[in-house]
Amino acid sequence: MKNRTFILLFAIMASVAVVLSACGGNESSNKDNAAANKSESEDYSVAIVTDEGGVDDKSFNQSSWEGLKAWGEEQGLSKGNGFDYAQSSDESDYLPNLTRLTRDGYNLIFGVGFLLQDAVTKVAEQNPDTNYAIIDTVVEAPNVASITFAEHEGSFLAGVAAAMKTKTDKLGFIGGVDSDLINKFEAGFEAGAKSVNPDIEVDIQYVGNFSSAADGKLIATRMYENDTDIIYHAAGAAGNGVFAQAKDLKQNDPDREIWVIGVDRDQHEEGKIGEHNVTFTSMVKRVDLSVQEVSDMGAKDAFPGGEVLEFGLVDDGVSLAKTNEEAMSDDIISAVDEWKEKITNGDVTVPKTRDELKEFEESL
Amino acid sequence: MHSNKWFNILVPIISVIIGLLSGAIIMLVSGYNPIQGYVALFNGAFGDLYFFGETIRQTTPYILTGLAIAFAFRAGLFNIGAEGQVIVGWLAAVWIGTSMEAPMYIHLPLALFVAALAGAFWGFIPGLLKARLGVHEVIVTIMMNYIALYSANAIIRRVLTDSADKTETIASSASLASEWLEGLTYFSRMHYGIMIALFAAVIMWFIIERTNIGYELKSVGYNQHASKYAGMSVKRNIVLAMVISGAFAGLAGSMEGLGTYGNMTVSSGFSNIGFDGIAVALLGANTAIGVVLAAFLFGALKVGALNMPTHAGVPNELVDIIIALIIFFVASSYIIRWIILRFKKEEK
Repeated sequence: MKNRTFILLFAIMASVAVVLSACGGNESSNKDNAAANKSESEDYSVAIVTDEGGVDDKSFNQSSWEGLKAWGEEQGLSKGNGFDYAQSSDESDYLPNLTRLTRDGYNLIFGVGFLLQDAVTKVAEQNPDTNYAIIDTVVEAPNVASITFAEHEGSFLAGVAAAMKTKTDKLGFIGGVDSDLINKFEAGFEAGAKSVNPDIEVDIQYVGNFSSAADGKLIATRMYENDTDIIYHAAGAAGNGVFAQAKDLKQNDPDREIWVIGVDRDQHEEGKIGEHNVTFTSMVKRVDLSVQEVSDMGAKDAFPGGEVLEFGLVDDGVSLAKTNEEAMSDDIISAVDEWKEKITNGDVTVPKTRDELKEFEESL
Repeated sequence: MHSNKWFNILVPIISVIIGLLSGAIIMLVSGYNPIQGYVALFNGAFGDLYFFGETIRQTTPYILTGLAIAFAFRAGLFNIGAEGQVIVGWLAAVWIGTSMEAPMYIHLPLALFVAALAGAFWGFIPGLLKARLGVHEVIVTIMMNYIALYSANAIIRRVLTDSADKTETIASSASLASEWLEGLTYFSRMHYGIMIALFAAVIMWFIIERTNIGYELKSVGYNQHASKYAGMSVKRNIVLAMVISGAFAGLAGSMEGLGTYGNMTVSSGFSNIGFDGIAVALLGANTAIGVVLAAFLFGALKVGALNMPTHAGVPNELVDIIIALIIFFVASSYIIRWIILRFKKEEK
């Protein structure tokens, strides 16, 4: 009796397996045909691979995806058919994601963020016929375009604006991971603030990752408790915690003057609480523009392989958002424009590292 | 007796199938085609040699962490610290791999040995605390995970490099990577580590089933008091179980350090290799062969799942839910066991 039950169960399982695999066979052959059609047509296809922040991080992964979407729609393509994204949930996913998209026949694949540096280096070496682009760092290979931004210059302007706005003379900086890239934000911001007022204190903290909003919130809580009134975050999705804390405080005490400076995208929407908005300004990094531009170049057969493209203040690759008109008063805007002029002229060289910052401070 | 063996095989298989079925229902309810989804999953894991190679690559550390946790389970200990032991093993392997020069037949075994030693040491501390002071190993190992994570980050930044985000790449004489395997699988990161993992499974089977040590460990796992009465040293066995378990997990870390990546990156969170190992051990019913099979399933799920968003349009979040459901049913295999038992009783 016992055995019969098991035999029955196995029979059911076996039949399910057969049915599933039969369906599978058909599906996969369809897919192969589709892939073959795709590669035969002349369409230029582009994809991005996000880092662990994910495509909805309200920061630069999202910005790249928005850029790619805009480009694709311009070309009359749709998601999954001409352009697409792959999300990575941890480090081990970068290379499989890049390789899979390569094998799916995409012509150009973006690695979004410096975390993908190793993976892009490897995949570019293995697939010399596919073009790659890496954002925020440099990969030296003939089929890789490196896209970098002058974040220190944009952050400098954010520092200038913050120094003029603060009432407590205490500013905060919350970075994601303590790295060369985020140090550029830090050095630029501090240099900007101290150019306006050398006595300003800048409290610098790092979350340790780009994803933990809870940790970002915790650090912001501590900073606001210590009378810091403006926090500049360069922490990707972890920075959402900074907004959450600022909004909490604002809701409890609407008269309190506290602000957040957003990063990468214009984070005006993130700061809305009732009729107030805690987003003072944002250091906008037009990752979307760079993605669009490089995709365009690729489609026109002018892919900048092996080159390092830097987007700076001059070409509006980085800029300061002026969406919050109440907070950004006219004198702040004019001061920001004045410093912007000095930077683009070359009168002021903005420090990129902590060492350069020290020299810069001494020269003040 | 015959049915008992059937039972151990049947329960995990049924839990996987129920997990997949409920995943299918969730996809159906959310308006996605479950067959397409699973086909994408299957192709993403076995679709061609590249993906197969990646699946093996992912399976390798899973086998070792699965063995680590299964081994501790056998002695009645719950080693949640595999994650931390993986991290210290990874760091130790990379440290040896980058800091010295030696011919391959010395360098590679030494790196593996030191990784296992580091993991063993990380297992020794909770083992000792449990044996001497009765501190529960779950709490200590969880805390040891964080100590490992943040210490490793600090060492990478301050000691191994000059505040860089990742270590240098290991010398080729310490590398498990193989051009032959990479060429065979279209540049997947499959490496020789899989052989070490399978060998470790044999060792685990041998220790547990064929040696006095294994007999004592199992005995302590079943009933500490009876074992003590029979003249075994419970304390010694607890420490030993944690040390061996830690050594397996440390080896898993070296697979990542010497095989997959060739370096170690400052990481913001856990790699999850150790935590997934808990599910692997559960599904594998804490036996060596079961762990190997379960690790293979988990490797396939992890690698294949990456394919679901791009090829079947199933969003990442849904993929995570489906994977979690499968793990849920695997972990709740006791419920399935109970249902089958009832079913059988009624039949009689």
